[in-house]
Amino acid sequence: MRQSLILATATRYLMPMLLLLSVFLFLRGHYLPGGGFIGGLVAAATFSLHAFAYGVKRTRQILRLHPRTYVGLGLLLALGSGLVSLTTGDPFLTGQWEALQFGALGDFDLGTPLLFDLGVYLVVIGATLAILLELEGG
Amino acid sequence: MNWLLVLPILIPLLCGSCALVFRSSRLVQRSLGLGGAGALLVSALILIVEVESAGIIATQLGNWPAPFGITLVADRFSAVMILLTGIIAFSTALYSLGSIEYRREKEGYYAFFNFLLMGVCGAFLTGDIFNLYVWFEVMLMASFILMALGSERLQLEGAVKYVMLNVVGSMIFLAAIGVLYGSVGTLNMADLAVHIGELDPRLATPLAMLFLVAFGIKSAIFPLFFWLPASYHTPPVAVTALFAGLLTKVGVYSMVRVFTLLFTHDVAFTHSLLVVLGGLTMVTGVLGAVAHEEFRRILSVHIVSQIGYMIMGLGLFTVAGLAGAIIYIAHNIIVKTNLFLVSGVAYRLGGTYELAGLKNLYRIAPGLSVLFVISAFSLAGMPPLSGFWAKLFIVHAGFEAGAFLVTATALGVGLLTLFSMTKIWGKAFWPENDRGAERRRERRLRSRALLYAPMIFLTALTIAMGVLAGPVYTFSLAAAQQLMDPSQYIETVLRRGP
Repeated sequence: MRQSLILATATRYLMPMLLLLSVFLFLRGHYLPGGGFIGGLVAAATFSLHAFAYGVKRTRQILRLHPRTYVGLGLLLALGSGLVSLTTGDPFLTGQWEALQFGALGDFDLGTPLLFDLGVYLVVIGATLAILLELEGG
Repeated sequence: MNWLLVLPILIPLLCGSCALVFRSSRLVQRSLGLGGAGALLVSALILIVEVESAGIIATQLGNWPAPFGITLVADRFSAVMILLTGIIAFSTALYSLGSIEYRREKEGYYAFFNFLLMGVCGAFLTGDIFNLYVWFEVMLMASFILMALGSERLQLEGAVKYVMLNVVGSMIFLAAIGVLYGSVGTLNMADLAVHIGELDPRLATPLAMLFLVAFGIKSAIFPLFFWLPASYHTPPVAVTALFAGLLTKVGVYSMVRVFTLLFTHDVAFTHSLLVVLGGLTMVTGVLGAVAHEEFRRILSVHIVSQIGYMIMGLGLFTVAGLAGAIIYIAHNIIVKTNLFLVSGVAYRLGGTYELAGLKNLYRIAPGLSVLFVISAFSLAGMPPLSGFWAKLFIVHAGFEAGAFLVTATALGVGLLTLFSMTKIWGKAFWPENDRGAERRRERRLRSRALLYAPMIFLTALTIAMGVLAGPVYTFSLAAAQQLMDPSQYIETVLRRGP
């Protein structure tokens, strides 16, 4: 496959922004529309753009792990977030919250739903890329 | 106690995810396959003991109260289904270790094996009808992959038929849930049981029929069964055995759940229809088997025939009928899986699944022949094996309920089943004088212990079920009483749930 200079150059600038957007969507999803699923899809779209511009082989290189590993890690993370409630005696998946104070930066609630959503994020990236990269032949 | 309900879902999820992450090590993959199934069996045993002593147990996931959150609930029926899942999982995992090629293991066989178990257990435990749909999907996704894994030509052909029909079934199921939610306004099954009376009677029966078609496709009843014989003989035999044992029974389980808990408004129509369908399913299945000459195809078509007995037990809608159906499900899961495992070894020894090509297996493998005969006789309903008691209880319940025609059919189908089994025996196992056979002795089979251990285990179970018919029947009666009187189920899910 011949590389397109325009696509390759544009991708180099677009990728960081798209990945930032995906993280933004992921974090926004806690109370507002967004979340791990849509964030993961945007990230997967970003990597498939990379695959169009530079070829599947290079994309697999920058992913470092096989897409299926991302699926496995995501599932384990989601599972782990549900298991946290084991320590407090609540049923499986009960949300556990920890309030963190950062002084002047403000307060921040860290909870297991965020971990669960991160798991979803990874599963979506992994599953989508596993299919896409396989279809693109490599 | 409430964690006990989550374990049958968590264990396969954990093992499946780990199998996805650690893909490079064959040893890890294989131990996750066997370990996951073994742990599932142990947790199922603990669960059934707990349910037997403490009654129905429920847990609210995420601590959301009952009609809003998702409830996991186990009564005796659910618990025994989970136990059977554990037994089949463990047996087929052992068998897989000895029979699945490295090529398939590398593609993630054990990961999807575990995910399939997760879907099956989830379906048996959930108390929410939409969640039931989700578990069906989990189970089907995993089964699609297991069916196609390895990408042999014949396999893909079977997988396409399997996927198409099951997707149609899922869509009908989803549509039915949509109508139900739109008109009753809740998805929790216990809550639905309370409010189902508010449903317009003109809507209730069509809705029941939608569920009947959806679950009918999954459980392969007449006239929706044709995907099953078209696809079950194509994947590796360990996969077929797992599917034959569990997948159609999830459909039967859902049907029992829905037609005892929700749609009991017009028993004269809906349940009489079930009895008729049960009878037709038995007959078409067993007649279809006559036409086939291939080991696995004969067994596949017999799955359909056996489903008929379970549906008939449900349709009788008496405690005795349901108890008979539950025993029948248990017996059939064990025996059917075992017969498929036997067919796999026969294939290894004879090099084909065609009965014409399999000759003289008795001389080559006497042990295998004994295992086959016990399972085949059990399937046909010979005393003192489990199949005899299962048929006896169903037939007895049929006479009690005055359903003479279908009961007579059930007895006749039993005879024809025996005919099919003797056909396999006569063509594939019957000893002849053949000196060459000695040279093909079963000792030359690779990983023989791994293949034989699960078959011996399952054969022992079918004998044990026959010998211990008394306690088994007492347990099934208690389970059937819980199904026929859903008040305790509803009470547990809606109020007492922690």
